Amino acid sequence: MKKYWPLSFFILPGLLIYTIFYAIPTISALGLSFTDWNGLSPDYNFVGLKNYSTMLTQDPIFAKAFGNNLKYMFFVVIFQTIVSLFFAIMLAKNTKLNVFYRALYFLPTVIASVSVAFIWIFVYEPSIGSLNTFLTMLGLKSLIHSWLGDKNIAIYSLAFVQVWAHAGQVMIIFIAGLHSIPKSLYEVARIEGATRWQTFRYVTWPLLAPSATIVVAYTTLQSFKAFDLILATTDGGPSYATEILSLFLYHEAFTNYKFGYASASAVIFLLIIVSITMLQFKILKANKVNY
Amino acid sequence: MIEKNKNTVTQVKNDTKRTSNLKEMILRQIPLVIYALLILVPLTLVFFASFKNLAQLYNDPLGVPHKWDLSNYIQLFSNENMFVYFKNSMVVTFTSVFFILLLGSMISYAIIRLPKWWGNILFAFVTVGMMIPTQVNMIPVYILFAKLNLLNKHLGLIIITVAMLLPICVFILTGFMKTLPKGLIEAAMIDGASHWQIYSRIVLPLSLPSLASTAIFCFVISWNDLLYPLLFIKSNSLRTLPLALLQFQGEYLTNYPMIFAGVVAASIPMIIVYVFLQRYFIAGMTAGSMKG
Repeated sequence: MKKYWPLSFFILPGLLIYTIFYAIPTISALGLSFTDWNGLSPDYNFVGLKNYSTMLTQDPIFAKAFGNNLKYMFFVVIFQTIVSLFFAIMLAKNTKLNVFYRALYFLPTVIASVSVAFIWIFVYEPSIGSLNTFLTMLGLKSLIHSWLGDKNIAIYSLAFVQVWAHAGQVMIIFIAGLHSIPKSLYEVARIEGATRWQTFRYVTWPLLAPSATIVVAYTTLQSFKAFDLILATTDGGPSYATEILSLFLYHEAFTNYKFGYASASAVIFLLIIVSITMLQFKILKANKVNY
Repeated sequence: MIEKNKNTVTQVKNDTKRTSNLKEMILRQIPLVIYALLILVPLTLVFFASFKNLAQLYNDPLGVPHKWDLSNYIQLFSNENMFVYFKNSMVVTFTSVFFILLLGSMISYAIIRLPKWWGNILFAFVTVGMMIPTQVNMIPVYILFAKLNLLNKHLGLIIITVAMLLPICVFILTGFMKTLPKGLIEAAMIDGASHWQIYSRIVLPLSLPSLASTAIFCFVISWNDLLYPLLFIKSNSLRTLPLALLQFQGEYLTNYPMIFAGVVAASIPMIIVYVFLQRYFIAGMTAGSMKG
């Protein structure tokens, strides 16, 4: 055991910072969630599970936020996966032009979400926004909307921006997956006279399953954690139409100063994230293909 | 297309095959170009708008500006502390990335050198942090920072950024270090090298590619982070770029050209770095997201 002692010098500095400022606060969120602390007064009461029961049964905004999260998630997961898979297959070959396209599609990933938010506020602007102007030019006036102001579509308008910003990023995961498929399998498919669809269906798709799992799980988590983009565009409005859980708990804590209540929603939020991640691991393990 | 000209002795059959190939090639380009435009058009329009004044923007929201008027930028840089925001973002980001890499690589080194069981426990404990969204622990962190007098300080921002990104760093680096040839480390041990020597002279230099990926991933996340600055930074002079941009929105309301000048000024350095280092960016951001 003695020879391992010097290693504590390597471990401790990082471990202490991580434990004190990240691990323990996560656990204290659980403790706070059983109190009614408002973040300001020196004393507070232990209220047991009251925060949870209020939130889950009597808080229409929480229910709304959870619903919005689901809408946002389904839209982003479905479209981002389809778009990124489509372009990954188109751009899988390492030609110069393809590498250029990949780099271009990836570009929004490196732009700050706040900037992305402002760029799209402009696109969606009702009177001078480019989207409505284009629709007018194309003679499609009937499709004109107040994209971020209409409470029925605002959440989908934002989900579209999320896809715009990250499809290029997950496309790279698919391309890496495509490159790991042995060439010999395509050779066999060609010799056997398989059509393109058959090749995709019986070679590409099953062997791409691990990448697809990563993409879907990553996109799901990303859509739950979306925060900057929505804060900077609509801040949850109009009338909570775009409020999602991460924003809800931010508002409860730092606008309404309900630290205890917000912590309860943080715990629920964490439980959702953990279950999605666990599910991902399980599927990935079950999906291990041998070839 | 060059190929087509090269071959002079063409058979009719081959020729039709080539035209259909050509047709297919052009058809293939259509979705690719449309998506490229979908990326580029919004960016270009914002770039154009930043050279217009509000009246010009309302008259001609989409067109190329009549003259490349820099007054929005001049106003931005003279009224706002843009240079200070840049400096703040650089200080916070570079310091954080340096410490993330240093402390993360040290932990990863310990993980591969500890007995397997201990290494696994340490690895699991640190990397479980990747699952925890920052919003979950922001309230306790806020309270803790208030107690430690770390609110409204760059130091606080750096500490929490290091804590937040350490898990992913340890995850990527440990994975890489495990693939290093064991013989090298053992040989150095037999020669009597200390842990620090093995770490700094052998393991770190060999891990450079994955250190670079991790650095870029952490750089982008930290540079673009909004939540922590929003929570912790109150003084105008300490704001980072994303926070400053968010505040412009309140300040200039619907004066879009001014806000867009801010967006362009804040994004251009990152885009330039990206253009030159795109391969590393793509590798790094993918390493960060493929944590499955």
